[in-house]
Amino acid sequence: MPLDSRAALDATNAVTGIPRDAHGPVFREPWEAQAFAMAVTLHARGLFTWKEWAAALADEIKSAQASGDPDTGETYYRHWLATLEKLISAKGVTTTDTLHRYRDAWDHAADRTPHGSPIELRPDDFGN
Amino acid sequence: MTGHDHDHHHHENEHSELSETELRVRALETILTEKGYVDPAALDLLIETYETKVGPRNGARVVARAWADPAYCARLLKDATPAIAELGYAGRQGEHIVALENTPALHNMVVCTLCSCYPWPVLGLPPVWYKSASYRSRAVKDPRGVLADFGFKLPDGTDIRVWDSTAEIRYLVLPMRPVGTEDWSEERLAELVTRDSMIGTGLAKQPHEVS
Repeated sequence: MPLDSRAALDATNAVTGIPRDAHGPVFREPWEAQAFAMAVTLHARGLFTWKEWAAALADEIKSAQASGDPDTGETYYRHWLATLEKLISAKGVTTTDTLHRYRDAWDHAADRTPHGSPIELRPDDFGN
Repeated sequence: MTGHDHDHHHHENEHSELSETELRVRALETILTEKGYVDPAALDLLIETYETKVGPRNGARVVARAWADPAYCARLLKDATPAIAELGYAGRQGEHIVALENTPALHNMVVCTLCSCYPWPVLGLPPVWYKSASYRSRAVKDPRGVLADFGFKLPDGTDIRVWDSTAEIRYLVLPMRPVGTEDWSEERLAELVTRDSMIGTGLAKQPHEVS
């Protein structure tokens, strides 16, 4: 399936709450667009349906609200990201441990990268 | 190429910063790429379609104000960081922005290696080609050719200068104001200001290109 803005627009129509304007989704920060694009890609690959995604996202938002999330709209993509992590773990694409290991490796990469250079991941960022 | 001789090396030894969220997003993308679920190039292409939909794009407002208000324009060109802050847009820590004015005689173009402090709140999403080291170096060696690739032919009489962003200095190109916009409001003017016009790989839109 071609991955294009049409697929993205379908997502915007299928999943409630996506911040948008008249033309489609809008993002507060670049990482939000990345998280959105990854979900659109995984959907296009058939990893989940939008119905499934919307249910998982709703669960995520509900449990965040139960623990005091103010739900101002600014946290929408935080929930989106958490949903992405949980869903791909549930589908056996990866594990929570692997997600943590890669997160720590990127942290290590940022630490050793001088200010002003692009941050790139190297094998030795994974440590032990 | 950078042509600056200010002394802004105060944080040269500092390491890069990624927020907790950015770390998680990068971890996800790396894993999904390694597993073959996503193609980073295709992801970039999709994200690129949202170029005008990411962040506040404060730079467009800054350019529009500079076009509309000569005194502001002068302050911006003299010292852009406080001029940008005047409009309520605080830069990130250590961010120092220099404004470069395009004129009929001189065209400025900016390249950048995309470190973690790219000023996206001002400029919006960076172009995908910034990730290509070979394309960036070609932009420095043959800027006219690169501009031609983007469908933008610089007049023969216009000199071109390429600025390479550093850890200390970021650039905002002040594009030329399109003719026929003399009585336009700042708000309308801002609609003419594209990301590409603020990094010098394109011109501001012409009045007929916006409704």
